[in-house]
Amino acid sequence: MCRCCYPPSCPTSMAGAGGGGNDVQWCFSQVKGAIDDDVAEADIISTVEFNHSGELLATGDKGGRVVIFQQETENKSQPQCRSEYNVYSTFQSHEPEFDYLKSLEIEEKINKIRWLPQKNAAQFLLSTNDKTIKLWKISERDKRPEGYNLKEEDGRYRDAATITTLRVPVFRPMDLMVEASPRRVFVNGHTYHINSISVNSDNETYLSADDLRINLWHLEITDRSFNVVDIKPANMEELTEVITATEFHPHQCNTFVYSSSKGTIRLCDMRASALCDKHSKLFEEPEDPSNRSFFSEIISSISDVKFSHNGRYMMTRDYLSVKIWDLNMENRPVETYQVHEYLRSKLCSLYENDCIFDKFECCWNGNDSVVMTGSYNNFFRMLDRSQRRDVTLEASRESCKPRQVLKPRRVCAGGKRKKDEISVDSLDFNKKILHTAWHPQENIIAVATTNNLYIFQEKMN
Amino acid sequence: MQDAVVSPEKTEEAKLKARYPHLGTKPGGSDLLRKRLQKGQKYFDSGDYNMAKAKMKNKQLPTAAAEKTEITGDHIPTPQDLPQRKQSLVASKLAV
Repeated sequence: MCRCCYPPSCPTSMAGAGGGGNDVQWCFSQVKGAIDDDVAEADIISTVEFNHSGELLATGDKGGRVVIFQQETENKSQPQCRSEYNVYSTFQSHEPEFDYLKSLEIEEKINKIRWLPQKNAAQFLLSTNDKTIKLWKISERDKRPEGYNLKEEDGRYRDAATITTLRVPVFRPMDLMVEASPRRVFVNGHTYHINSISVNSDNETYLSADDLRINLWHLEITDRSFNVVDIKPANMEELTEVITATEFHPHQCNTFVYSSSKGTIRLCDMRASALCDKHSKLFEEPEDPSNRSFFSEIISSISDVKFSHNGRYMMTRDYLSVKIWDLNMENRPVETYQVHEYLRSKLCSLYENDCIFDKFECCWNGNDSVVMTGSYNNFFRMLDRSQRRDVTLEASRESCKPRQVLKPRRVCAGGKRKKDEISVDSLDFNKKILHTAWHPQENIIAVATTNNLYIFQEKMN
Repeated sequence: MQDAVVSPEKTEEAKLKARYPHLGTKPGGSDLLRKRLQKGQKYFDSGDYNMAKAKMKNKQLPTAAAEKTEITGDHIPTPQDLPQRKQSLVASKLAV
């Protein structure tokens, strides 16, 4: 039975990732970034991603920098004190470039970060800007060799004539140093701008997608990639649709999906053919032609697609809604949630100020029972699938007291504004939450405002 | 019974068409997509570039110093002169 557009209610809590019917209340935990309102372009956060264990949290920004936070090991004697995320490593991933041949300025903005599952002591992540994908190795060094015979401790060479004894150099502990080094640089794979990357469950390959093409790479091979999807028309005048996102299935290494600007999702099976231009499944919700307007196609453009952890569903985000699709049903989503339906009557101004083109992301919680996505005015939405409830919360410096419980927010679409409600016209459209991430196991979420990163956690009793 | 309420989207569309009567007949079509594909494009005319380079060369012989500081209207920047995009060698404020 299809549950569509259920009316939003005003709960203060919802089922937690641990299940068991316990309601989760969200509290402020930490906020990272500068307080001042004057935001430098480089500081705009462009991607947020937890690693597979949730111990590490990476952010990328418009200035091409990556900052990685690490969860402190929980203090068992003080269970009320939830572990915090502190800076672990930071590095410049991409630099601005100019392609003289094509007269193209290449932004250093990090579009996406994806972690590789951990195989040894080091951590690996892929980061990409519009044109180049890089594999970074983040490793720890907590010992250093001391007691060389031919060198002083500061590196200067000793005069061989003064050496009278021999000693064996030993490793001694040192202050932890975290080093990031680029291990692979995957260049020249894309003519158009890369919008997503996705690591395969085989841990050997990954996909990268630009507006018109999707390439399959091997993590070890940088001078070659295999084109698996190409939707470029022979005549560019006939271009009607672009690729907006792609993702590998979490368990089936042969399956991936890609979404389009026309609101469709195509599932491809790499076993079927080398070039996956012909999809195996096409997910599309039929549209009522009488409802069609100038804005229909623009707001149907899918800005993000994410598989559920169990691999049975996928979620898509378009401008006004979040849809959950069952991979076995192509003709319509099984669930549709309105994110901010009150914006439908503001589409004209949102088109004029370009907000209608904002690309919001979405994410699942660990057990696929709740999904989250951002909105304007630094609001974000938690949509509980199992309890059929939703709540709007705000990432604000005004709710920053330690362990302060977040109060639900309500937007008044029209008519009389109740107390504590905010009217649609008072919403700040410059305060957008485009990027959010959910810890893979716990109820810890990372929410990025323009230049700040908020970390919220489940209230512990 | 016929639903007499006009969809909010259609109302918004009418507003937009009223403000921009010449808005493309093909809604959300190729124009928008092509604009998206061309992000970052800076146009370069090799003719202008070479003319400017030649002019600079000729002027350099008699009075070198004066020309270098002057930014004239037809001065096409050479790759060396391109204002370097400020590189973010400053650490991220999130890492404080």
